[in-house]
Amino acid sequence: MDELASGIWQAVKLIGTLDPEVRSIALFSLQVSGLALLLAAITGIPYGIWLAFSRFPGRKILIGFTYAGMAFPTVVVGLIVFLLLSHNGPLGFLGWLFTPFGIIAAQFLIGFPVVASLTMAAILGLNPEMRLQLQSLGATRVQISITLLREAKVAMIVAMAAAFGRVVTEVGAVIIVGGNIAGSTRVLTTAIVLETRKGDFDSAIALGVILLMISFSINLIATRLQGKALAR
Amino acid sequence: MTKINEQLLNRLSRVALSLTLVFFLLTLVFSGCALKPERSLVLATTTSTYDSGLLEFILPAFEDQHNTKVKVVAVGTGQALALAARGDADVVLVHAPDLEEEFVQKGFGVQRTFIMYNDFVILGPSNDPANIRRSPDATNAFRRIASTQSTFVSRGDESGTHIKERVIWALAGVESPEKDNWYLSLGQGMGSSLNVANEKHAYILSDRGTFLSRGASNLAMLTEGDPLLFNPYHFMIVNPDKFNNVQMELGQLLLDFLISAETQEKIRSFGVDRFGQILFNPASPDL
Amino acid sequence: MKDKIYILKDVIKNYGDKTACHLSYLEIYRGEVLGIIGPSGSGKSTLLRLLNFLERQTYGSIIFDGNTFDGKSHVPLTIRRRMTMVFQNPMLLKTSILNNVAYGLKLRNMKYPKSEAATLLRRLGMESLVSADASNISYGEAQRVALARALVLRPDVLLLDEPTANLDPYNVGVTEDLILRAKEESGATIVVVTHNVFQARRLCDRMVFLLDGKEVEVGPTEELFTHAKDPRTIAFIGGDMVY
Repeated sequence: MDELASGIWQAVKLIGTLDPEVRSIALFSLQVSGLALLLAAITGIPYGIWLAFSRFPGRKILIGFTYAGMAFPTVVVGLIVFLLLSHNGPLGFLGWLFTPFGIIAAQFLIGFPVVASLTMAAILGLNPEMRLQLQSLGATRVQISITLLREAKVAMIVAMAAAFGRVVTEVGAVIIVGGNIAGSTRVLTTAIVLETRKGDFDSAIALGVILLMISFSINLIATRLQGKALAR
Repeated sequence: MTKINEQLLNRLSRVALSLTLVFFLLTLVFSGCALKPERSLVLATTTSTYDSGLLEFILPAFEDQHNTKVKVVAVGTGQALALAARGDADVVLVHAPDLEEEFVQKGFGVQRTFIMYNDFVILGPSNDPANIRRSPDATNAFRRIASTQSTFVSRGDESGTHIKERVIWALAGVESPEKDNWYLSLGQGMGSSLNVANEKHAYILSDRGTFLSRGASNLAMLTEGDPLLFNPYHFMIVNPDKFNNVQMELGQLLLDFLISAETQEKIRSFGVDRFGQILFNPASPDL
Repeated sequence: MKDKIYILKDVIKNYGDKTACHLSYLEIYRGEVLGIIGPSGSGKSTLLRLLNFLERQTYGSIIFDGNTFDGKSHVPLTIRRRMTMVFQNPMLLKTSILNNVAYGLKLRNMKYPKSEAATLLRRLGMESLVSADASNISYGEAQRVALARALVLRPDVLLLDEPTANLDPYNVGVTEDLILRAKEESGATIVVVTHNVFQARRLCDRMVFLLDGKEVEVGPTEELFTHAKDPRTIAFIGGDMVY
């Protein structure tokens, strides 16, 4: 209990004084996860919408795979990305191993199935005739997609929050692909692992508190965005 | 009119928010590429080396002097050498002589150079049920631990420490202690393993540096000084003939830096004021 | 000759093995109110969707205002936007009534969409809904909003798929009044699918009776009611058809 208390006190000090190292790790974590989420959204949302409306043999199998991606062990994703980006791997020429780009790639792969599956579910949750109605009102494919996404706003925000949660809390894949290098590939989660391993529990707890604060804030923002839609 | 203004303001603020977010994210990309013109090389090393803080202490001088970032990837010895063998690291700093020799023999490493050394110690509960206290003979100590079936915690992670431990078990004539239930194989770093040993009042082989910096309130240093417990650290450059991306030049510069008199003295001085003991002895004896 | 806004020639719509709709020939005149009647599953909605180009026919051609389209040819957006459909369910968006009615105008990038929407609502006697939200109006009101949403676009063709099927008698009456007003004011061609022959009599100039996807008889409403040529038509309108 002493440890916990001193850890929290340490957290307060680090946050209060905007400790530069902690600040840069936190910012870096947000940037990396944010970019990964953005990429996952740009690709996953259109894919999810397409999947919701597609009709072709094998569609169910594709949907199954997409859902399975959500539960795919993230550390295995990390291993796969590592093997791909390793010098003698097929994508070694990119030179992304032990760089932020590698981490973003791994986190993107982790977040994409979540965004895609939950987008598809969100769209399928709407009245199936709605699409025809919008078409009949003269909407183009893009306009239909935007309108449907707005109609499914609550579910879509859940999707993005879930994807962000999965991505920002990832440890294993980020360590394997990023190397937890001080000043260049260290994020909050991997820093916590390091500090714990070193026995510096105060710092570990402090970082944990900060990570929790970030999680809560994101979820608070998500709830606010859902805002009026929830109140209906 | 005010309603239109309100809506306009709403729209503008949303656009502004999204733009700031995207900008914020993009700064990462830019800082990653453009702003850091420096060169860098990847040093694969062990967690015990890194966790002691030694590298954070000595490397900045090198980084400033040569405008080069040393990207330290701290993993177990086994993994460090494996990374190097794939060409994913430029240089390595590890402490597992047998594995290192194999590494060089297979043509993966060149310029293997002795940098520093310290020693391992055998820690155990103060009441010492296996009665190994003050016996300078590590092999004997292990034999006694096995025969009394006293709890022993192993790192079990192919680290230099773990490999040394296996060597001693072999010399003590104890085969595959992993199958015995007094032997706990963790697969974790030195610090975490020390924690577990501490909780369980168990015996454990540790490097002196981690024990000094971490401490273990329930454990005492029971055996030390056996030449078998000698723990040398070697530096190797990954063979550029095998992998064309290896930063041979930078690796050479780092090597020269590490064996320079200045750095060797810095290594010797590391942690002395805090712990009253030398944690890492420089390879060059005459300083 | 009356101006034909639609001509359907040998239009067949198949879903797999099943033929949902098979029309050898049908003309629709500009400005008329055409009723499509028949029992459930007779292909009425399918026909309506074909007219709206929401579905494409498997065989045959649909000529709209002189433009011929088979099942595969691309229908330009400009043409698709000249017709619009109101479904059995209002399917309003989760937003204000004004935004709902203005939706189609915004899609087309028209100016002052909300003010046009408000004006129309007032003209149609739905003043009270101008400041309402889709979440707090009644079902009957919602269906009329859906109608307004279609009318504000001033479509050449207004397609109605069982527009009052879910409404209580009072709302049926109010909605029918709206439809008649729309016909008067806009001169649009209106095609109504209904299973209620009495409604068809009230609203439509001509009717086409569909059975199992095929047209059985087409003609002016009163003719079909008083002396239809096909016995099946007589049976259906008389309420004697067992199906």
